[in-house]
Amino acid sequence: MTLSASNISLHLSGFDLLRNISLEVEAGQVTAIVGPNGAGKSSLLKVLTGEMPPSQGDVSLNHRPLEQWPLLDRAQVLAVLPQHTLLNFPFTADEVVGLGRIPHKTGLAKDSQIIAEALELVDASYLQKRFYTQMSGGEKQRVQLARVLAQIWQPSHLGRQFLVLDEPTSAFDLSHQKLTLDIVRQLADRGVGVIMVLHDLNLAARCADNLVVFDGGVIAAQGNPKEVLTEQLIDKVFGVKSIIAQHPVTKRPLVIT
Amino acid sequence: MRRFSAQSLIWALAILLPVAVLISLVVGTVNISLSDAVSTLVGKAASSQTETILFDIRLPRILMAIFVGAVLASTGAVMQGLFRNPLADPSLIGVSSGASVGASLMIVTAGGFIQSGALVGLSLVAVGAFIGGFAATLLVYRLATSGIGTSVTTMLLAGIAIGALAGALNSLLSYFSDNDMLRQISLWQMGNLSGASWLKVSLMGAVALLLMLLFPRDSKALNALLLGESEARHLGIDVQRVKRRLIVLTALGVGVSVALAGLVGFVGLIMPHIVRLAIGPDHRWLVPASALAGATLLVIADSLARIVVIPAELPTGILTALLGAPFFVALLLQQRKDV
Repeated sequence: MTLSASNISLHLSGFDLLRNISLEVEAGQVTAIVGPNGAGKSSLLKVLTGEMPPSQGDVSLNHRPLEQWPLLDRAQVLAVLPQHTLLNFPFTADEVVGLGRIPHKTGLAKDSQIIAEALELVDASYLQKRFYTQMSGGEKQRVQLARVLAQIWQPSHLGRQFLVLDEPTSAFDLSHQKLTLDIVRQLADRGVGVIMVLHDLNLAARCADNLVVFDGGVIAAQGNPKEVLTEQLIDKVFGVKSIIAQHPVTKRPLVIT
Repeated sequence: MRRFSAQSLIWALAILLPVAVLISLVVGTVNISLSDAVSTLVGKAASSQTETILFDIRLPRILMAIFVGAVLASTGAVMQGLFRNPLADPSLIGVSSGASVGASLMIVTAGGFIQSGALVGLSLVAVGAFIGGFAATLLVYRLATSGIGTSVTTMLLAGIAIGALAGALNSLLSYFSDNDMLRQISLWQMGNLSGASWLKVSLMGAVALLLMLLFPRDSKALNALLLGESEARHLGIDVQRVKRRLIVLTALGVGVSVALAGLVGFVGLIMPHIVRLAIGPDHRWLVPASALAGATLLVIADSLARIVVIPAELPTGILTALLGAPFFVALLLQQRKDV
């Protein structure tokens, strides 16, 4: 069971945003994408989630072409958190999270239980009755995270589930960054396939089973973070001199710049 | 904080509306006592004059106010959700400006026939307004729809452009019309419920009923759309189909109400906004509550229109704006204090 892209390219108004990308997001694993600005990370997510059709190549979800999935079925196995969500209507936090239950028919009682649990999980229970429009950036991002978590809260009979996160930690403080990584790990242990774009190489190294490094619309390297993250690669892709050490506790690679 | 729960607001309005209707039945150029009105309604007419006033004049007019108010306010709520803009209104899709041109065109070209030329009981002006409104909406929708779907931003801009064009055409028509036609055009644009007949009421009622039956299907989709179109798609919503359906229903609802009652402003823009301030943006409650609030406002406004300048009458559209605008400003000030 995978979310997979085979040999996809994306051309948009004369630019090659993606060139011959092949990528498998395995269920039960965490895939992290890193790369410089404009490398094509968000474009890849857009193609993987069906927002933009690829110019060439195919995307499939659980071995079925993505475009053949009925929208409602797809929403039960694929949840997507975009980088920014412009919501300027005064929903309360639990109403926003409740939107994640739209694809499901589990009933009001079950839904409110899931909404409360999802808010609890992202440390946002205190926001439940607060207005989204009056929250801080980090609070909004946590509520949106809770929304996509609520969308795939229970396993689906339609196959393994996937969660796509575009820079989920960009507005978070240290403790909420760690919380997000813990949540992502729990989901993977439950069998969910997670793919996320991150900017912090050390966060990515710490949580990823599969680390994908993007550069100029192609995959520069992918695999286990220990093998992928080398001083030469970081110099080549980001143009930054660095030292790769080992984290004393997690034994994961640690990029020091 | 929200001031009311959705249920309590709907209950309050469900009580307020019949009260407004009862008051509206008894006031006017001829005052009828409440007991006479009630006994006439249940079939024991006090006098044939009372019966005529109630059944031929006031009741159709009140029902018209209910249906037009409900349609304008509920389509306003739907458009504000669809455009993700709390200050959008149904006229954004071009329907009102198009209807206005259609009506003016009829008044100017067919002026002489208007009194006599009834087309299935509806005046030529109404038919012109409806055709104009629908054509303008279709044009705006076409302009904004490309291979990848309908762009809400382009639609807003196209609506403004078509509105400007319609305004120019209207001025042109006014320029070439005589005094009598000018007066008719401007009276029509003020919005008036006084011409309500049972035929018009049944037509308007059928449209209102259709909208009230079909809007609830899309209320969850509208909630999801507030997050954005791609977010709504990721929640399993066929955004393009929902958009098309809601725009067609709005054009139909507003087109028919503008055709039958003229341009009754304010109700579609501000009633949903006021209701949202009170109970929040959840469309499952917002749309029906707006419909009830719009109906109530229009019944009250129309009653006032009948009594402020006895024995004459004011056009209803003037009253809706006079009543609603200060209320809205008060709410905005209140909200500013809360934040």
